[in-house]
Amino acid sequence: MTTAIAIDSLTKKYGTKTVVDNISFSIQEGELFGLLGVNGAGKTTLIKMLSCLIKPTYGDATLLGKSIAQYPEQVRKVIAVSPQETAIAPNLTVRENLELMAGVQGLHKADAKTKADEMIAQFSLQPYEYQRSKTLSGGWQRKLSIAMALISEPRILFLDEPTLGLDILGRRELWVLIEKLKEKTTIILTTHYLEEAEALSDCICIMKNGQIKAIGSAKELIETSTTTSFEDAFVYFVMEGDVQ
Amino acid sequence: MRILLFANRTTKEIVRDPMSIFFGLGFPLVLMFLLSAINKSIPVDLFDIGQLTPGIAVFGLSFMGLFAAQVISKDRGNSFLTRLFTTPMTSQDFIIGYSFPLVVMAIAQGIVCYITAIFLGLSISTSMIIAISLLILPGLIFVSLGLICGSLLSEKAATGLCGALLTNLAAWLSGIWFDLDLVGGVFKDIAYLLPFVHAVDMGRAALNGQYSDIFPHIWWVFSYAIILSLLAIVIFRKKMKAD
Repeated sequence: MTTAIAIDSLTKKYGTKTVVDNISFSIQEGELFGLLGVNGAGKTTLIKMLSCLIKPTYGDATLLGKSIAQYPEQVRKVIAVSPQETAIAPNLTVRENLELMAGVQGLHKADAKTKADEMIAQFSLQPYEYQRSKTLSGGWQRKLSIAMALISEPRILFLDEPTLGLDILGRRELWVLIEKLKEKTTIILTTHYLEEAEALSDCICIMKNGQIKAIGSAKELIETSTTTSFEDAFVYFVMEGDVQ
Repeated sequence: MRILLFANRTTKEIVRDPMSIFFGLGFPLVLMFLLSAINKSIPVDLFDIGQLTPGIAVFGLSFMGLFAAQVISKDRGNSFLTRLFTTPMTSQDFIIGYSFPLVVMAIAQGIVCYITAIFLGLSISTSMIIAISLLILPGLIFVSLGLICGSLLSEKAATGLCGALLTNLAAWLSGIWFDLDLVGGVFKDIAYLLPFVHAVDMGRAALNGQYSDIFPHIWWVFSYAIILSLLAIVIFRKKMKAD
């Protein structure tokens, strides 16, 4: 297996506060990597560094061999991010949002149109194709947001809380889609839904206070923590040292 | 290609908001009709169509600042801009993509103002073209101020600042509604340190064919336009890295 992401001593400090503290690990190509942790663990900051939104204070990471510190513009060509917020252009229609994203990623007009057709079909967006995105329900806006991230067929995809605000059917629908994506895309998923991380992730990293507390498959984490469920294992790793 | 796509998106985002159309185009025209009607009943030199039109054209541009602030702060607020920052788009794509459509809208708004003025009695002349062309400079000032506010402030604060403060500053300190000599003193001095009254005086001189009177106002407006444009670029680029 080829390494998709190699993180080496990545650190982010804001003044005296260390938000991501000297972390190193790697993610294999085609892997779905779950990033878990309670609020303030440093997940979003880590994703922001990997997606070249902010610069690390120390350390580096390579995405498909390209350094985030030296070649951020090269990295941006192979990644896509679906942020926690819906991140859509409110006065554009569903189709216009998709074609805009395809265009800024470098696709020609005809290709952008074809890719938009594909995404509309894949996410069952046909009834809303020409509707302004601000008029969609929260669930449909979320689906559109993810479709916008996928339209450029990124080799590495960051999904930040992708199922937030979706009902159970919407979440399951998205799980199936994410499963399919795994075949050709490396996915980094952050979520607060532990069952989602357990069901989808090949490998899970639990973060706390900017540091890695545990890393491995859900099964390995349960075994290491000598607990019986993934939820208990998660609580064990994030509470370890905090309870008497 | 990316610039055009993004500029097209900015245009759609603004023109599809009915409030933008009303304030950007409708409101200045309503003022023009109203003040012309007043001028017919009680003639005031300041509201003569030759004096009023360049003033209204500049005042109308203040709404471009509001639109710029609104669209950028919204994009920041819902993380749309964050998403775009992870694409191959460059700071140049963003800055031109945001400001170019607004400068074009500013010119279009100016043209509509002058066409309306013709119906209200303004004589058609070639100097109109010069006066409209000169609107690019105050247009840049307002768009840059909008870019700065939108980059630094939340949507509520940015639209508040540009919607209330900037439009009022442009209205009160531009000599459109009343002669600044009537107030005089510090008020007039402050007004002449800011670009709004210079933009109006420059437009009036151009429209009346008194081209030598464009100076020195044009230098004030030009300097403000360059400084604010550069400041907007620096702030946007800095925020792009910080966000």
